[in-house]
Amino acid sequence: MTSVEKVQNEIVEELSLFSDWMEKYEYLIELGKDEINFDKKFMKDEFLINGCQSKVWLYAKENNSKISFHAYSDAIMTKGIIALLIKVFSNQSPDDIINAKLDFIDKIGLKNHLSATRANGLMSMIKQIKIYAIGFKEKNG
Amino acid sequence: MIDFEKIRSSFPILNVKVNDNKLVYFDNAATTQTPTQVTNTIRDYFYKQNSNIHRGVHHLSNISTEDFEQSRKKVREFVGAEKEEEIIFTKGTTDSINLVATSFQKFLKSGDEILISEMEHHSNIVPWQLCAEKTGAKIKVVSVTKEGEIDIDHLEKLLNEKTKILSITHISNTLGTINPITEITKLARKFDTKVFIDGAQAIAHQKVNVTELDVDFYCFSAHKLYGPTGVGVLYGKEEILEKLPPYQGGGEMIELVTFEKTTYAKLPSKFEAGTPNISGVIALGKAIEFIEDINLDLIFEYEAMLLNHYNEKSNKLEYYEPFGTSLNKSAIASFNLKKVHHYDIGVLLDNMGVAVRTGHHCTQPLHKKFNLDGTIRASFGIYNTKNEIDYFFDCLSRAYKMLY
Repeated sequence: MTSVEKVQNEIVEELSLFSDWMEKYEYLIELGKDEINFDKKFMKDEFLINGCQSKVWLYAKENNSKISFHAYSDAIMTKGIIALLIKVFSNQSPDDIINAKLDFIDKIGLKNHLSATRANGLMSMIKQIKIYAIGFKEKNG
Repeated sequence: MIDFEKIRSSFPILNVKVNDNKLVYFDNAATTQTPTQVTNTIRDYFYKQNSNIHRGVHHLSNISTEDFEQSRKKVREFVGAEKEEEIIFTKGTTDSINLVATSFQKFLKSGDEILISEMEHHSNIVPWQLCAEKTGAKIKVVSVTKEGEIDIDHLEKLLNEKTKILSITHISNTLGTINPITEITKLARKFDTKVFIDGAQAIAHQKVNVTELDVDFYCFSAHKLYGPTGVGVLYGKEEILEKLPPYQGGGEMIELVTFEKTTYAKLPSKFEAGTPNISGVIALGKAIEFIEDINLDLIFEYEAMLLNHYNEKSNKLEYYEPFGTSLNKSAIASFNLKKVHHYDIGVLLDNMGVAVRTGHHCTQPLHKKFNLDGTIRASFGIYNTKNEIDYFFDCLSRAYKMLY
């Protein structure tokens, strides 16, 4: 099991503790309220992800061949979902990120609870994360 | 008196459950629900009379043509137009605006002006931008006051002999403001400016009489009038419609076709190229009957009572920030809650069974003017109740507590 898969399984397990969606949302809201490591100088249009109903800024840094992701949103629940994504993808190698299959999104039922436009937003975020990973991989040759 | 039980029982969709909660449908400005009277009409059409109109000699075609034209008659009476030739069936409000914004290009030259307002829906902005690009005409934009009303002084200032057409909404889909159309039309008449009114948000909520309003064009969609999607109406004064060139070419809109030259059919066929949405048009006629049975004056009163009740509740919330505070409003309430994102509220309300709109409601320039990324919008229809509004506010405070 790759570490990306491991983190995903942990998330699925954690969320399965909640019986209804209101509780899951509460969990996402709490995650969204947490302080995050995001440098506000990246709050610029060039770091904005297209296709989200709320604004999402994302940037990435590389440290010892692992990538860390930093993101911010003006909507709390979106911020909570981002926190989950960052948990999964941060401190992973570019290859692991590029090859990651994201079954946790289906498993926790998140997709069914997002409207089509919102699900598209989530997909845009993942796409952007993978684009960063590809970029770092190419840079390192 | 409105027979409430009877009205609600005409809308089976109101029994839908969302996450085990009863649906509370407050997105009527986006689309209204369809009563069984209308859905039965659509079903019956396909069971008993589906055929193409205006051309067959057979029984089915004859009765469908008759019903289709009967709908036109109903629409004419409903909006107070003088002639049936003045009623064009389109795909919807957007299509109606595009029709005029395209055909009217014939009368525009570089330097002419088109007047719109800051509160317009994108559908009443973009077609005019396309029109301006093609003709070299300029778009001028009338300001909206902080209460969310058209700044009439500004409108008066902008009007001049170069203003060939002004296109303004009857009721703002975001602010709910009911615009003073008669007053605006009077001002426009001084310069022979043609007046186009987007009636999408008005037609199901108050009596509209295009002759009394003295407008040149008026348009609306069936699906905001308890009818089906994909059908709309363009009213235009006969003398102007006569002068406008056709919008699209095809069947029905021709008189005689040769490869050298085609002559066009008379009104209204000139603007109805191709096979129309026949069942939809017939169903629109039924929707109008449905509305008239209830009585639009009573609907207006009832919805005003709902808005009043809503305002009493919202005034008590110190974290409620209304967008659009005109005293002359239709039953549309856009707002934000302090320090909370509209999207978060929308998701939680949805989870509790309440359907509202979040975002910019296709009025980005209006939101931008007031420095808003978006708002939450609750909009009411004839089946909504005070109890639903109470439930809505319970949900709203619950959501706010979770988020804040």
